[in-house]
Amino acid sequence: MCFLLHLKSEEPLCNIQAGQFVNILVKDIADRILRRPISIHDVDYTNNEIIVVVQKIGKATTKLSLINEGDKLDVVFPLGNSFPLIGEKPLLIGGGVGTAPLYYLSKKFNENNIRPTILIGAKTKDQLFLIDKYSAVADVYISTEDGSVGEKGMVTTNSILNQQFTSYLTCGPAPMMKAIAIEAQKRGVDCYVSMENRMACGIGACLCCVTATTKGNECVCTAGPVFNANDIKW
Amino acid sequence: MDTRLNTTIGNLNLINPVMTASGTFGFGVEYENFLDLNSLGGFIVKGTTGEKREGNAYPRLAETPSGMINAVGLQNKGVEFFCKNIYPIIKDKNENIIVNVSGSSIEEYCKVAGMINDLDTIPAIELNISCPNVKQGGMGFGVDKDMAKEVVSEVRKVYKKHLIVKLTPNVTNIIDIAQSVEKAGADSLSLINTVLAMAVDAEKQRPLISTITGGLSGPAIKPIALRCVWQVSHNVNIPVIGIGGITSASDVVEFMLVGASAVEIGTANFIDPSICKKIIADLSDYCDRHKLNSITEIIGKI
Repeated sequence: MCFLLHLKSEEPLCNIQAGQFVNILVKDIADRILRRPISIHDVDYTNNEIIVVVQKIGKATTKLSLINEGDKLDVVFPLGNSFPLIGEKPLLIGGGVGTAPLYYLSKKFNENNIRPTILIGAKTKDQLFLIDKYSAVADVYISTEDGSVGEKGMVTTNSILNQQFTSYLTCGPAPMMKAIAIEAQKRGVDCYVSMENRMACGIGACLCCVTATTKGNECVCTAGPVFNANDIKW
Repeated sequence: MDTRLNTTIGNLNLINPVMTASGTFGFGVEYENFLDLNSLGGFIVKGTTGEKREGNAYPRLAETPSGMINAVGLQNKGVEFFCKNIYPIIKDKNENIIVNVSGSSIEEYCKVAGMINDLDTIPAIELNISCPNVKQGGMGFGVDKDMAKEVVSEVRKVYKKHLIVKLTPNVTNIIDIAQSVEKAGADSLSLINTVLAMAVDAEKQRPLISTITGGLSGPAIKPIALRCVWQVSHNVNIPVIGIGGITSASDVVEFMLVGASAVEIGTANFIDPSICKKIIADLSDYCDRHKLNSITEIIGKI
C-alpha cells in the first residue's frame, strides 16, 4: 500500500530538482536506527511542502503511515543529483513506487513546454496509484503483469516503445531498469536510470550505497541516484 | 567555547572530547552543511591505503537491531591521492585532523604512515590494525599480539608524531593486545573497531551483505565497547579513546568514566549528521549539573 506524505518545511524551500530525494528519520521504532531515503514526488512552493509517496513495507514506513497532521519529522533534503531534462520527446518509465519521482519530473518538462509520455508498470491494477494525477502532466500508458489495466506484460513489451522517443528516463526495480537500458541501447536512445541502493548516511560519507560504474564504485546518494545507463555495470 | 570540555590525548590538545570515527565522516567536508568542523575535538578521516582500493561489492550494508553491519572494504583512492587532492582542502579545518592508516602488509602501512608524517597539519595517525572487512587486510595483525607488535614497531620507526593504534574487539584477550601495542611504541589506543557479525535474509535464504560477514556498529555494540575500554584503560599507561555506539552526551560520559580520555562518534553521524554539535552542548550541561570544573575529572572513576 502506498500513501502520500506532505512534508511542510519550517524554512522556505530551496530550489529542488526532479530526481532528488529526502532522508527521513523515523524515531522510536523498535531497534531500527537509520534514516529512510525516499524520492521526491512533488514540490509545492506555495505551501512550502515536499510531497513523497511512501510504500508501507516495513516498521519505519508503517510508523510513517500512522503519523498525524502537524507531527514533526526530522528530514534531511534535498539530496542527490537529478534527471537531465533532455529530449524533445521523452519517455518516462516507472515501475511500482518508482513511478513517484516521474510526476515532479513531468512538471519540470511541462515548464519547458514539453508534455512527456509516462509508461507505468505494475503487477496488478490494485498497485497503480495516482494515475489521474499523472495524466494531468503527461500522456500515460500502463502495463500490468496480469493485464488488469493497460497492456498485459512488462513495460519492456509495451507497444508504446515502438514509437520514436528522444530519451528514456526511468525509475523502478533494477531488473526493469536494466531491461530498459538494453532496449535504449538497441534503439540508440539516451537513457538515464535512478538507482535505489541501501543507504546509511545519504551524504557520501559511508560509501555503503555504491553501484558499480565504468568509473569504479560510485555512491548512489551523491554521484546519483540518477546515472547515465551506459555508465552502470549491470 | 566551554574550556571545561578541554581534554588531552598524550600531547594532543582537544577543545572537547568529541571526535568522529574513521569511515563514518568521510573527509569531514561532507558534514560542513551540518556542523562547524572546528567545533569538534578532532576528526579521523577515511581509512587510507598505499594504493587505490575499489572496496567490496554491493550490498555493503545491513540494518540490524540497534545497529548496522557494513562491509565497505576500505574503498579509497590511496595515500598519494589523499596527500595531493584531499589534504590541501581540509588541512586547516581542525587542529586534530587524524588520518586512519591501513594496509595489507607492513610495507604498505609504513608507506602510508611515512607519507602522512610529512603533512604539516596532521598531528596524528590512527593505525587500523583491526578492520575485519578486508580479506587480506588488517584482521591478521590485530588479533595476534606478536603481529600487532611487529606492525606497530615498524610504523613507529617511520612515523614521528602521535601514533594512535585502533584495536579490534574480535580477540580472546584485548588486554594482551593492548599491552603488546603499548610496548611497541603506541602513544594512545582507540577502541573498539566493529564487531565481526552477520545478517541473513530468511525469505531469500541468503546473507544480506556481499561478503557474508561484516562489521557491526551502532548502539548494539556499546556495552561491549564499554567493557573493552574499561579493561584496557586500567591495564595500560597510555591514553585510551573510546569508540562504539555513542549517540549522546551521557554515552560519552560513560566511556570517560571507564577510562577514555576522549571518544569517537561513528554510526550516530549517519542517523543525525549534526549529532556531534548536540553532544558537545549536552556535555556542558553535564558539567553544570555535576559541578565539574573539567570534564577530565571523571576519567577512569570506574
